[in-house]
Amino acid sequence: MSGEGAVAGPVPSRRQVYEDRQRRRSLIIAAASTGAVAAAVMILIPRAPGWDRVQASFFNWDVFASTFPGLLGAFMTDVAIFAWCAPAIAVLGLLVALARDARSPALFPLRILGAAHTDIFRGVPVILTVYLIGFGIPGLGLPRPWNSPYIWGSLALTLTYSAYVAEIFRSGIESVHESQRAAAQSLGLSDRDSMRFVILPQAIRRVIPAQMNMLIALQKDVALLSFIGPVEIFRQAGVYKSLMANFTPYVGAAIIFLCITIPATRYTDHLLARQNRERS
Amino acid sequence: MAKLSLRGVVKRFTDHTVCDGIDLDIESGQMVCLIGASGAGKSTLLRCINLLEPIEDGEIFLDGIDIAVPGLDPQAVRQRIGMVFQSFNLFPHMTAIENVMLAPRRVHRRPRQELLPEVTGLFTRFGLADHMHRYPDQLSGGQQQRVAIVRALAMKPELMLFDEITSALDPQLVGEVLDVLRLLKNSGMTMVLATHEMGFAREAADKVCFLKDGRILEEAHPKILFTAPCHPETAAFLARTLK
Repeated sequence: MSGEGAVAGPVPSRRQVYEDRQRRRSLIIAAASTGAVAAAVMILIPRAPGWDRVQASFFNWDVFASTFPGLLGAFMTDVAIFAWCAPAIAVLGLLVALARDARSPALFPLRILGAAHTDIFRGVPVILTVYLIGFGIPGLGLPRPWNSPYIWGSLALTLTYSAYVAEIFRSGIESVHESQRAAAQSLGLSDRDSMRFVILPQAIRRVIPAQMNMLIALQKDVALLSFIGPVEIFRQAGVYKSLMANFTPYVGAAIIFLCITIPATRYTDHLLARQNRERS
Repeated sequence: MAKLSLRGVVKRFTDHTVCDGIDLDIESGQMVCLIGASGAGKSTLLRCINLLEPIEDGEIFLDGIDIAVPGLDPQAVRQRIGMVFQSFNLFPHMTAIENVMLAPRRVHRRPRQELLPEVTGLFTRFGLADHMHRYPDQLSGGQQQRVAIVRALAMKPELMLFDEITSALDPQLVGEVLDVLRLLKNSGMTMVLATHEMGFAREAADKVCFLKDGRILEEAHPKILFTAPCHPETAAFLARTLK
């Protein structure tokens, strides 16, 4: 295979000629079919009866241009919330995963707590958790900085996401073959050291792509905090919508999210593909 | 007093008895080979000696002290017994030298700098000096297995267990690993091997035990066992494998 190009020289082989022809054909067909679909969409959608109204209220350039900088500014709030939640989630998720596998009887309460945590927070819709914690805890009448919806909203996100993240860590720990633990034990390493130096480093590496997916989901769910107060991008878009009686700011917000999530998703796919290659 | 003595060792997995009352004595500096068909209980017996498997009944004496007492902390025992596995089981995320230094660093609390000359010496002695900083997947099977042996030796064990360590190797790589075993034997290490390498057992072992269905049917010096086996089952097994 590898020598093929070098050997071929000026006279292409029979198979090369055939494969070139096939490739050209596929390209032409793909281009034609894409063009046909695009043309159909562009011709058919504007002919829908409500198109003019939709265009005016969702795709208004002037509204877009005037609100976009404000949306970007509000998005920084999302980024900040994400930036402090993500490490907290990683740490709490790992602790919960370890707690659930703890064998010492003294740590039994931790095991129960870990199991309850994953059961509860995976079982309740995120928005409900955000409401219950975000409205419930400040409702205790806490003094000034401690009634901030940023704190309690972030806590709600952290609790929910760490439940999922913990389960992913656990699956990673279980995926490390028993023989690795046996090898570590046969050297006289303690259970704790076997986990810390042998099992966990391999487990964490294996679940990085899966955890990246959780980060992408978190990035979007930060917008849920808008329901309990923080003026982040979704809330800001709502404010603009009311001011201008136009839905275009929501489209702008969606575009900003996509600018982050699409590259992140592609990068995750790339990591996954590389991992699959390495294992095969 | 024997270095290692097994008395009536029984190991069961649910209703399947893998070791069915095994008695065995191994003197200091001896190399004992366990032979027998797959499933005869050789590997399980080694795992029991290293306390990787708890035994149902019987005693295992290391220097005359029973190490199979239920509730005993296995960690201290395992530090004195080295084990090498069929599938190498190197830690894939660490280089060869990190694999070797992990246990002495964590268990004996010895710093890297202090270990370095000693570990380098081990690598050199087994012809691995050029491979110290490679990852396991950059090494051949034979090299990986030799690193695994070095890893066990770095803990300065009094007894080494080898669980079919050449079975997963390409035939041309078996020799380099067997050479390491010869080297170890000459240095006076006490060794127990589960093996299918009959030629090696015959040449190097001080005692060969034939296992079938979790029992030692016959144990003798290889010269006797391989030329004039007493038990008809041993003779049948040897006839099958040596053909």
